[in-house]
Amino acid sequence: MINYIVKRLLLMIPVLLGVSLLVFTIMYFTPGDPAIIILGPSATQESIAQTKQELGLDKPFGERYLEYIGNAFLRFDLGKSFFTGRSVSDEVLIRLPYTLKLAGLAILCSLIIGIPAGATAAMNQNTWKDNATMFGALFFLSMPAFWFALVLVMIFSINLKLLPVVGIETWTGYILPVISMSVGGAAGIARQTRSSMLEVIRQDYVTTARAKGQKERLVVIGHILRNGLIPIVVVAGNSMGTMMGGALIAETIFSIPGMGSYMVNAISKRDYPVVQGGVLVIAVCFSLIMLLVDIVLAFVDPRIRAQFSSKKKKGSAAKWKAAA
Amino acid sequence: MKEAEKLLTINDLTVEFTSDREIIQAVNHVSLEIYKGETLGLVGETGAGKTTIAKSILRILPKPQGRTKSGSIIFDGADLLSISEHEMRKIRGNKISMIFQDPMSALNPVVSVGKQISEAIMLHQKLSKKETKELAIKMLEMVGIPGARYDEYPHQFSGGMKQRVIIAMALACRPELLLADEPTTALDVTIQAQVLEMMAKLKEELKTSMLLITHDLGIVAETCDKVAVIYAGEIIEYAGVEEIFDNPVHPYTLGLFGSLPSADGDKEKRLKPINGMMPNPARLPGGCKFAERCPHASEECRSNEIELADTGEGHLVRCMKCSLVKEAR
Amino acid sequence: MESSGVIAAEAKKESNISIVWRRLRKNKLAVAGLIIISLLILIAIFAPLIAPYDYAEQDLTNTFAPPSREHLLGTDDLGRDELSRLIYGTRQSLQIGVFSVAIATVLGTTLGVFAGFYGGKVDILLMRFLDIYQSVPGLLLSIALATSLGPGLNNAIIAIGVSTMSVYARIIRASLLKVRSMEYIEAARAINATDFRIVMKYALPNAIAPLLISITMNIGNSILAASMLSFIGLGAQPPVAEWGAMLTAGKDFIRIHGSLITYPGIAMVISVLSFNLLGDGLRDALDPRLKN
Repeated sequence: MINYIVKRLLLMIPVLLGVSLLVFTIMYFTPGDPAIIILGPSATQESIAQTKQELGLDKPFGERYLEYIGNAFLRFDLGKSFFTGRSVSDEVLIRLPYTLKLAGLAILCSLIIGIPAGATAAMNQNTWKDNATMFGALFFLSMPAFWFALVLVMIFSINLKLLPVVGIETWTGYILPVISMSVGGAAGIARQTRSSMLEVIRQDYVTTARAKGQKERLVVIGHILRNGLIPIVVVAGNSMGTMMGGALIAETIFSIPGMGSYMVNAISKRDYPVVQGGVLVIAVCFSLIMLLVDIVLAFVDPRIRAQFSSKKKKGSAAKWKAAA
Repeated sequence: MKEAEKLLTINDLTVEFTSDREIIQAVNHVSLEIYKGETLGLVGETGAGKTTIAKSILRILPKPQGRTKSGSIIFDGADLLSISEHEMRKIRGNKISMIFQDPMSALNPVVSVGKQISEAIMLHQKLSKKETKELAIKMLEMVGIPGARYDEYPHQFSGGMKQRVIIAMALACRPELLLADEPTTALDVTIQAQVLEMMAKLKEELKTSMLLITHDLGIVAETCDKVAVIYAGEIIEYAGVEEIFDNPVHPYTLGLFGSLPSADGDKEKRLKPINGMMPNPARLPGGCKFAERCPHASEECRSNEIELADTGEGHLVRCMKCSLVKEAR
Repeated sequence: MESSGVIAAEAKKESNISIVWRRLRKNKLAVAGLIIISLLILIAIFAPLIAPYDYAEQDLTNTFAPPSREHLLGTDDLGRDELSRLIYGTRQSLQIGVFSVAIATVLGTTLGVFAGFYGGKVDILLMRFLDIYQSVPGLLLSIALATSLGPGLNNAIIAIGVSTMSVYARIIRASLLKVRSMEYIEAARAINATDFRIVMKYALPNAIAPLLISITMNIGNSILAASMLSFIGLGAQPPVAEWGAMLTAGKDFIRIHGSLITYPGIAMVISVLSFNLLGDGLRDALDPRLKN
């Protein structure tokens, strides 16, 4: 198992380098001269040149990229904000925990709602329970998360005055952002749970378990869910990525000082080092989560463990991702 | 006849499946008996309803599509179709257990084989964890798998080995009746012989009765005491194994023997397939279900419901033209 | 089995479509989705005829008006007719959905064809690229791309299209890999069919079912993604009547005039839901195995 984790961590390095190159390239080809953005349109030619030199913007692409990733990965230095001049890394370290906490709570909520809902639908296939759950799931998947957040604010904060509109000073402040973020995830997980359980229900080993005299509830939990869990874990991991995207939005609505409000603010000001650093940090978090997913999968499924002992590189996470 | 005790009696069992608003009559008015220590062979083509009969006995028909419409299954004095689910669970895997056709898919891929055997033991025997594991290891060794492989997973075993695991699991609680659904079909021929031999030995040791489902007449000849031939959900011939091999009466049974390849090389006796196909179980014809494919069929075969009749010495046949067929043979 | 299936599909293309159509028709929700989508298309085409006012026509003497006979859904902060803006918004949403998915499909298919058909190093390289691509959460990638391209609806469409193409690439690649290993490709090669012909004739038809499902489902998702971009200021810019942008503008008045975020939100849910219902229905109709 430890071998496997080390192997996976090593495999992450090229992926992260690739991600950083991707993000850096996107930002590099952004039209508009950062020096002019910083200094304003009335800047003189001289001051522009000077600023460019200070920021290292006059160097060629390759050199700038190498410098950037060198700083980012070896010294965790993501550069400075064009406007505040503050270190992006410092700012990220303060803000990231809020975002992770929100996304983590949201994914937890999604799992708690989504798995039982999907399991109920699957066990009552083609009945009204199934149809209602699945229509509900599709409905929530069809809703812009930020709109749902606004509607929740309108109902619970403004009209009923039950919950705070913004901020997370008390735990009640987390309720609306987490709910607004988790409905989509719960819906996706419920759909996946249903379809993977239906897939498993048909398997012979479920009949075997019944033929042994196992109780129906334990057949469902011990045999059906346990096998169905594999794609569910993958979907949950993937929705963690969506959650972090969703956190960006929820944070702006509820004024939570996380990565989202930081980045959205930077986007409107074209503060590229912040956007670039933010995207990179979230991508790294996402990669770590997918690694975690693969480790969980290896725990659940001995076949995946076996794959890695026989030197195969691709986890079934990648396989399921491709299928999804 | 034997003086043995009756273990299982199926009376007039009818099973239906519903799919896409069509009703499929999978099993029609089947009655059969299994005595203690006896092996009954259930022979017929794929889709004839053999597996459905076995699953009805354990009440593990796929829900909600399949249901037993009428009949009774008497086991140990109780009707399995009317006892509570709780009572039924005590029988499943304990007094009656089942071996499935495809060993590749009958084991849970994410649970170690040892644990899967232990699960069956734990459900029915009051043993400590340690004793359970010991018994599971003993069962593995009994089917010729080293006990050290207790913690291994199904994907680490070959098909034949998996089937051994399934047999160990089925026999772990010393069942009185074993339902073996084509236990060797998915295996290589050499492995088939091994598995069959092992099953016969274990059955002898444990004094288990068996319902053996197969379409392989060779296996029937080797292992069964009696044979019931199933066609389109009905028993069409039912007799002792020697009687049916020496004296087959129903044209379908004759056809089955005819479709056995013979190595004698006699051109006249080469493979004779039965023409046509089994009728669609959603739209079964009236009268004899085999009439469409039968060389002897006449109008009266198609218009009358035909009863299973005794042609002497307990040899039951569902055919109007018995005498004609006998002559033709 | 597989090959005969494909060949049979070639031979009876017409009847296949009618089988799918018959199955789809049985699914009431999918039919409802299809009907609503058709209505939305009609509304989008005839927006100037249906809408009582122009979407940009301001009346500063009549802001935040409640629903009345003149303004069925009231007016917004600049006195523009809400209903007319919703009607015109249909155009933007459909455009976003269709064009971003079209971009994604074309890009993804091209990549997938290269990877799947040539295999070997090309395949490994492209797949590694897609792995990296997918390790950035989709919305974040769209945000990065849209930031780089600059604010505006067209750029948002491009950003969403580019950031969602990997799904299509994987579908096409998988289908090509499957077809590539089949004997009739050998046979086609033997009669001197060109690579291009082989791809067009055998591999693409094989991929159509999963592709169609993804396309339908992604139209809805793209509309949602675009509304998020609008929300953080990267999508449609005023005075364009786009539902996401309307929501964003409305959120400032959430305390005094909640209907400004209610109506566009409902419009969006209805249209996205319709595409998703149709997508689900298509999936069941094209691959009934998945249903039971």
